[in-house]
Amino acid sequence: MRGAAHAGRVACAVAVVLAASGCGGASDVIGGPNGVVRSSWGDPQNPLEPANTNEVQGGKVLDMVFRGLKRYNPKTGKAENALAEKIDTADSTHFTVTVKDGWTFSDGEKVTAKSFVDAWNYGANVDNNQKNAYFFQYIDGYDKVHPESGQPTARALSGLKVTGPRTFTVTLSQRFSTWPDTLGYAAFAPLPRAFYDHHADWLAKPVGNGPYTVENYTKGSQMSLRTWKGYPGADRPRNGGVDLVVYTDNNTAYTDLVAGNLDLVDDVPASQLKNVRSDLSGRYINSPAGIIQTLAFPYYDKEWNTPDAAKVRTGLSMAINRKQITDTIFRKTRTPATDWTSPVLGADGGYLAGLCGRACDYDAAAAKQLIQRGGGIPHGRLTITYNADTGSHKEWVDAVCNSINNALGNDKACVGGPVGTFADFRNRIGQRKLTGPFRAGWQMDYPLIQNFLQPLYYTNASSNDGKWSDPRFDRLINEANADPDTKSAIRTFQRAEGVVRDRMAAIPLWYQNGSAGYSDRVSHVALNPFSVPVYNEIRVS
Amino acid sequence: MGRYVARRLLQMIPVFIGSTLLVFSMMYALPGDPVRALAGEQTVDPAQIAAMKKDLGLDLPLWHQYWNYMVGLFQGDFGTQIASGRPVADIISEAFPITVRLTLFAFTFTVLVGISIGVFAGMKADTLRDRGLLILTLLLISVPSFVLGFLGQYFFAFQLGWVNPNVSGEANWNELFLPAVVLGSLSLAYVARLTRTSIAENLRSDYMRTAVAKGLPRRRIIGVHLMRNSMIPVVTFLGTDLGALMGGAVVTEGIFNVKGVGYNIFDALRHREGATVVGIVTLIVVVYLVSSLLVDLLYAVLDPRIRYA
Repeated sequence: MRGAAHAGRVACAVAVVLAASGCGGASDVIGGPNGVVRSSWGDPQNPLEPANTNEVQGGKVLDMVFRGLKRYNPKTGKAENALAEKIDTADSTHFTVTVKDGWTFSDGEKVTAKSFVDAWNYGANVDNNQKNAYFFQYIDGYDKVHPESGQPTARALSGLKVTGPRTFTVTLSQRFSTWPDTLGYAAFAPLPRAFYDHHADWLAKPVGNGPYTVENYTKGSQMSLRTWKGYPGADRPRNGGVDLVVYTDNNTAYTDLVAGNLDLVDDVPASQLKNVRSDLSGRYINSPAGIIQTLAFPYYDKEWNTPDAAKVRTGLSMAINRKQITDTIFRKTRTPATDWTSPVLGADGGYLAGLCGRACDYDAAAAKQLIQRGGGIPHGRLTITYNADTGSHKEWVDAVCNSINNALGNDKACVGGPVGTFADFRNRIGQRKLTGPFRAGWQMDYPLIQNFLQPLYYTNASSNDGKWSDPRFDRLINEANADPDTKSAIRTFQRAEGVVRDRMAAIPLWYQNGSAGYSDRVSHVALNPFSVPVYNEIRVS
Repeated sequence: MGRYVARRLLQMIPVFIGSTLLVFSMMYALPGDPVRALAGEQTVDPAQIAAMKKDLGLDLPLWHQYWNYMVGLFQGDFGTQIASGRPVADIISEAFPITVRLTLFAFTFTVLVGISIGVFAGMKADTLRDRGLLILTLLLISVPSFVLGFLGQYFFAFQLGWVNPNVSGEANWNELFLPAVVLGSLSLAYVARLTRTSIAENLRSDYMRTAVAKGLPRRRIIGVHLMRNSMIPVVTFLGTDLGALMGGAVVTEGIFNVKGVGYNIFDALRHREGATVVGIVTLIVVVYLVSSLLVDLLYAVLDPRIRYA
């Protein structure tokens, strides 16, 4: 019966077309503190549930509509208390969370400890099919609500207990001293009762506790967000609202920005990078984002999993002229990598420029020598597998291969191996049939050095696609996670990163920048470490 | 006539089933797993992927999935998108109105301007005027539509400022003018050439001489006798062109930010959204079938010698 209703709607829509709709589409353009920022957007793939959104377009909205216990400082990336009054722990395993008083959702409901605990239980439960469920994996009882197979045996995480209107306790299944710093991620946002009681309505018009409220949402076309007058936080918006306008791709959005129909484009198309400065008279941002691109290796392939192969990998790393590629192909929107994290972490957060050392410096002669000492490239030829449908990977893979071929003096040493679609690319990685390196990109979930290491290189970790394993690395990670002192924990993480370097578990290529262009109508535009515009700071003239 | 139409309508059923089965199996055969791709480069949870596939019926064998799809379709259910969980009917009801508007606009433009050019050139075949128009149409045929699109955008939006470079979400008629002209220009060239040849040929035919000898007024000779008979090849072309305009506007829609059918098919193909692709293609197949039936019926109207039993 549900279906029949849809068919009716299709028929109506087709009929409506025939009636001309000449109504004007131009939105009223006003300036000042009530001015509305018109920003480019892509329709989010997933429903806008906080624990189900893992891509940047949906993330933009959640960043405006929600505030969690912590918020990452848009400039420094440091996790700062937002709704959390305090998060205490004595042993890095048991945490007591106190929620600030005076916060409400925009529909008037108070934000309490229960708002958080219910939301987290919802996100973790396997029945709700939430993509970010794994964020709750460190909480005790996760294996009961989200078993690897079969039905869940519990509805709620046993590690979460509401102890008062504004307090709750969290028990982790392992020691994790920097766990509170992960709480700035959208998946940990509180949810109002309306989310559970009127789910479909909520999805059509999400209600949260952030500085903006959703005024209007037309799927596939536009979302209008307006400043919430009752917002109690310190980061009150400096504008009247944001209109997120859906574009078919970043080229059409850029066209509209140049034509003056749009104020902000947060993804400048690669083909326009050479014109962007003159087109926008300098209203262009190019700042580091928490994304690193690497080449990962298949360690399930015996020939790659030998001590000699480590020499070959280091040699390959030295054969790649990173600077030339980032300058010419990426026009400086990437920065050559010298460690396995990202500059957005800052030195305090664990970023250590030059940790890779000589292994990341271009040195063709040394590279050739190292690869020969390691017994040459396994299987005789290097095929770099990548997906050809997004992100213009072909250009840089070919350039990397060129660089390696030149260093080795062999035109056929390295070739690119394109795979048609991203879905198929992930499939091949999952089936473990690759015999050579493959493109790997990592966008951080939260600005912690732990997030750049553990999910990627820990034995059997969730995103350890190449199945790399090293007991020394695992031991250092466990040690760092258990360390209550952040400073010494970070030093231990960096020692673990040293293991990654010595074995060249993955070849770091470059750090990716976020880029944005804006019109002369707006000012104070910046990107946060997740390369999402800091909307609340934007001023409209 | 009625029997003919009924027979044609019945013939549509096997064509419809055959084409949906074909598209459905092609989508099924594509490599890659759309559910797995949702997670991007992040963690894969096999249990969750299995659960999602089960909910969407993607774990069933091909014949069973197709059966479910067809049963749903006959109840008016076009299926559900994998990523967004939205009913495909919603996507279709958003995209089709925009594309229908764009197509009608382009089609009208093609018919009016194309036939006018064709008649204008064909009445005085092999003169300078005719040659000039032939060169113009040759130019339109040889220049790819994206070149025309970007040129149009550059001159009319950025240099002259007459139109907006992009189409907004509402896709109003005035915004669709430039994309429609670009989209229609290729067909326009074909229509002009077909009309011109047909007119030039028929001018020399016996019935024209008879009509002139009877002393009929010139307007009636050209408007009724000549035009009607010359329109048969043009109508044949226009009939199939209607379907091509609807489904094949991927490039033009991309340049002008039109969120229509072409864009949605392309997007769904990239994300391997099987139900969306099959749903939209099915509707385009129906458009093709209906328009070719209309063309065949128009033959009888245009040429009194053609009769359908």
